[in-house]
Amino acid sequence: MLLSQKWLQEFVELDVTPREFANTMAMTGFCIGGYEREGDEIKDVVVGRLLKVERHPTVEKYFVCQVDVGGGRVLQQVTAATNLVEGGLCPVCLPGGHVKGGAPIGEAEFGGVKSSGMLCSLPELGLSQNDFPYGIENGIFFIEEPCRPGDDIRPVLGLDDTVYDVEITANRPDGHSVIGVAREVSAAFGKPFKGHKPQVKGGGGPVEELVGVRVESPDLCPRYTARAVKNVKIGPSPKWLRERIRAGGMRPINNVVDITNYVMMEYGQPMHAFDIRELIGKGGKAQIVVRQAGDDKTFVTLDHQERQLSPEMLMICNAHEPVGLAGIMGGLQSGIKDDTTTVVFESANFYGPALRRSGRKLGLRTDALARYEKGIDAQMTIDAVNRCCELCELLGCAQTLDGIIDVDNTHYTQRVIKLEPDKINRLCGTDISRERMVEILKSLQFEVQGDDVYVPAFRADVEGMADLAEEVVRMYGLDKVPSELHKGGTPQGKYSPEQKFERSTVQALVGFGFFESMTYTFISPRYYDKIRMPKDSPLRNSIVISNPLGEDTSIMRTTTLPSMLETLSTNYSYRNGRARMYEFGKIFLPSNDPEQLPEERVILTLGTYGAGDFYELKGVVEALLRTLHVAPARFTARRDDPTFHPGRCADIVIDGDAVGVVGEVHPQVQENYGIDERVYLATLDTQKLFAHRLPDATYSPLPRFPALTRDVALVCSEELEVAGIEDVFRETFGELLESLTLFDVYRGKSLGDNVKSVAYALVLRDREATLTDARAAELLDQALDTLKNKYGVTLRS
Amino acid sequence: MNETLRQLRQRALAVIEQAGDLAALEQARIDLLGKKSELSGVMKQMGKLDAQQRRELGAMANELRSELETLLEDKKKAVAAAVLEQRLREERIDVTAPGRAPETGGQHPLHLVLDEIKEIFVGMGYEIVDGPEVEYDLYNFEMLNIPRDHPARDTQDTFYVTDNILLRTQTSPMQVRTMLKGKLPIRVIVPGRVYRSDAVDATHSPVFHQIEGLVVDKGVTLGDLKATLEVFAKRMYGDDAVVRFRPSHFPFTEPSAEMDIMCFHCHGEGCSLCKGEGWIEILGCGMVHPKVLAGCGIDPEVYSGWALGMGLERVVMRKYRIDDLRLFYENDLRFLTQFN
Repeated sequence: MLLSQKWLQEFVELDVTPREFANTMAMTGFCIGGYEREGDEIKDVVVGRLLKVERHPTVEKYFVCQVDVGGGRVLQQVTAATNLVEGGLCPVCLPGGHVKGGAPIGEAEFGGVKSSGMLCSLPELGLSQNDFPYGIENGIFFIEEPCRPGDDIRPVLGLDDTVYDVEITANRPDGHSVIGVAREVSAAFGKPFKGHKPQVKGGGGPVEELVGVRVESPDLCPRYTARAVKNVKIGPSPKWLRERIRAGGMRPINNVVDITNYVMMEYGQPMHAFDIRELIGKGGKAQIVVRQAGDDKTFVTLDHQERQLSPEMLMICNAHEPVGLAGIMGGLQSGIKDDTTTVVFESANFYGPALRRSGRKLGLRTDALARYEKGIDAQMTIDAVNRCCELCELLGCAQTLDGIIDVDNTHYTQRVIKLEPDKINRLCGTDISRERMVEILKSLQFEVQGDDVYVPAFRADVEGMADLAEEVVRMYGLDKVPSELHKGGTPQGKYSPEQKFERSTVQALVGFGFFESMTYTFISPRYYDKIRMPKDSPLRNSIVISNPLGEDTSIMRTTTLPSMLETLSTNYSYRNGRARMYEFGKIFLPSNDPEQLPEERVILTLGTYGAGDFYELKGVVEALLRTLHVAPARFTARRDDPTFHPGRCADIVIDGDAVGVVGEVHPQVQENYGIDERVYLATLDTQKLFAHRLPDATYSPLPRFPALTRDVALVCSEELEVAGIEDVFRETFGELLESLTLFDVYRGKSLGDNVKSVAYALVLRDREATLTDARAAELLDQALDTLKNKYGVTLRS
Repeated sequence: MNETLRQLRQRALAVIEQAGDLAALEQARIDLLGKKSELSGVMKQMGKLDAQQRRELGAMANELRSELETLLEDKKKAVAAAVLEQRLREERIDVTAPGRAPETGGQHPLHLVLDEIKEIFVGMGYEIVDGPEVEYDLYNFEMLNIPRDHPARDTQDTFYVTDNILLRTQTSPMQVRTMLKGKLPIRVIVPGRVYRSDAVDATHSPVFHQIEGLVVDKGVTLGDLKATLEVFAKRMYGDDAVVRFRPSHFPFTEPSAEMDIMCFHCHGEGCSLCKGEGWIEILGCGMVHPKVLAGCGIDPEVYSGWALGMGLERVVMRKYRIDDLRLFYENDLRFLTQFN
């Protein structure tokens, strides 16, 4: 909301610097987003009088002017402008000064003639013909305001106002008006509010004979107030009015339009001016009918766009057809024309949410709609329409008809709230006296009688004790509220076991050299193709966003793999030589019932390239489980996951429960992501890992008996998985097997085709007695027998 | 005999003198003092002498033996010292050459700072709770005093799944969920992802993080809110942090406020970091609206509470002077490796 300081002064007399103003307003709840002194970009521009104009001696298109700039100083200037009038007054930028957005003006020579300073046009001062209708934009601006050579141009042209950008919170629609902010300023600074009740002379005959109003949808139009003026003389507004319009961020158009905009800015009430001819339409008495579009399918708005209507949209019609989209925009034929003579002013209250829906459907947003959406006070329609008529009379541009048409279905009764100072103090932790509270409420135009607080109509946001507390405490000063920690019992702050588990996971992964990535949880359905997810995979059933920003972010992911691959791909494309990444990310698994929320699971995803092979990442998973004190996992070959290399992928299984997967990415997927290196991925379901935590460790006494070590080199088929061999050793030696380490895998011509040799180091120990060589040999033979029988494994000779 | 010993001594001294390393010294010890040495030979022959001579000669021989032992030992120490010194000299390395570090990773900057914030609140007696990102409209809006046609719904630019299910636009629905559990008093913070349909640019992202805080108990006041957040600000920004509370509006708190911190760069003078205002907005807060309490089955006549909401990204961007929000979700290692 743009607020002119000059306009504000009409309601509250205030003498503070812009900075003090901004600070006090911020501390009472109305932030000032910034302020601008209109003339700040203009320096050393004064009024000058053209004493003499002559043709340039050599250059045909130039003129040489002698300009009186006051104080007996006459400057010579060369200009190409052609609208020069001797004796006229115009803005002159003195040497060293500058105009809006321009560099300093100096002295120069044009065709051998000296020129100092510059004669200015309207645009050079940030103005247009709308601001000064008697001027032109492509030539020197000749001033018709009362002024003398040497006068600072800023006050002369009204460029000496300060305009504040006031930020209005959603609960204060009344703040979108000069009067609304002025009321706040008055309370915040303790200065009286100078209200103004519009006075209308009238005398133009009864309005009812001119126009009738019928509201067919009172729910959507709780109040429709109208007044009319006749003998209208359309023309430019006076300078003060144009300045206000400009300060409010709008363009002056003509007196009647400017008046409606002025009243909208002053009161916050959108106004519409109808030419009576619109309301007569095809004939008969002028009529305003407020109804829903119904069978009307299309409507051409003021901006020449044909709009598709929905039956529920609220329209303003004459007796025959729609003339405007209620509260949003008028029709093509609407509006004030140069030959308009009779005008009906609409000051209506429409139901904001309905207008909002219509505006969205139509893709239309206007200043009026924005105000209706926020909700406006239905009790100001009469003051606002009277103000329009008053201004018409003040400008002498029309005569007001007698009487006001007011279709009021608001059933308004003033809200009354009990003043409970104890409760307010208890909520705020303050000790504010009842008297001070009453004083504050009164300064905000609440009435207080006994314990009853009467809420003004423009403060629909104030509904109960808490709202009164806010009013009191924001004016009392939040900074004066004593800061005191709650004296409840000593609270126990803590991390849950799951949160601690996650922290340990992070610490471990960081220790293993992994960096954390964070990715979007919504993805494109095409990403499932990119990871070769089968068409019939249940994971393709995702939560779909009905209004996504784009396809790339249109569904909630059911797998984190595409996100991790995207991250790796990004790094690869940036030529980062290798990457080890982890992410804790949610996946969303839809419920069968679309009205139920999906299941959200946190998946730990690891991804690498250029940083080792399958076993490297598998090792990280194993080390992670060990660090987290999770039961050890079995890795079982998985050949049917299309995202992964069919020969290099394993399910991670703990106690029969599949907790994740680890593998090398399928070459096709790798190619899909443009990575020219082998990529390794692992996923782990953190909730499942947490469930498989081992009980707390207990100490076992250090061994007192010596260990035996045995190295065994075996020969077996290439196809045999070593997990089988290891199982045999574990089963055979049982408790005696202290450790089992695969230290060599060898393939060579001497062994033959499709055969490999695996070498294990066994550490054997009996915790209760010295293990004898004989006992160890006996068990080893037994294990070798089993291996031979079960898998055809032989001892390497 | 005397003469024999004297000559023996002369020869022995020469041998010890000449022995240049530990092995030669050991050989000298064996040659001079061993069982087969000349000296041992002399000792063995002493039986043939009379008692007087034997005593005298024995004393002399023992003296010589002891002298040689000492000499050998001293020489050995000197040689060992020289050997050690030489080794140390030879083993000198260039300590300025690079070390071989184990590779270390690092947390995402958003989580680094979030951990700091969690730590502060846990220290003040808060628990941390997590909630769903796909949420009911009821919890995200309706029960937070933001009915269907409330204008705030427009500004929040919500992603919808169905008419009643959406991607949460704020962490505040966890206020409702926490209160509905009915376990009082409440003292929690809720960090999490939220979604708004903002197109991606340097300062906007459709996904970002918020941290919600909620306290509900008997006798909780605005003064408590202020005190708690002042402690938070000092822990987060240092003991000299200055904050101010400014009235504001949120549909689910009343009274509502925003907490600003005095710009740590210009100390309130106004600079580019604080956009000339001297203050930087940190978080929104307020007393839980009585309608919200009542809607969650908590009697606002008996209980009161306060809530806070804070955007994580902006805090992190200011802390590390990051100027582009997109970097957080791009996961370029050249970015991620800068914070650990």
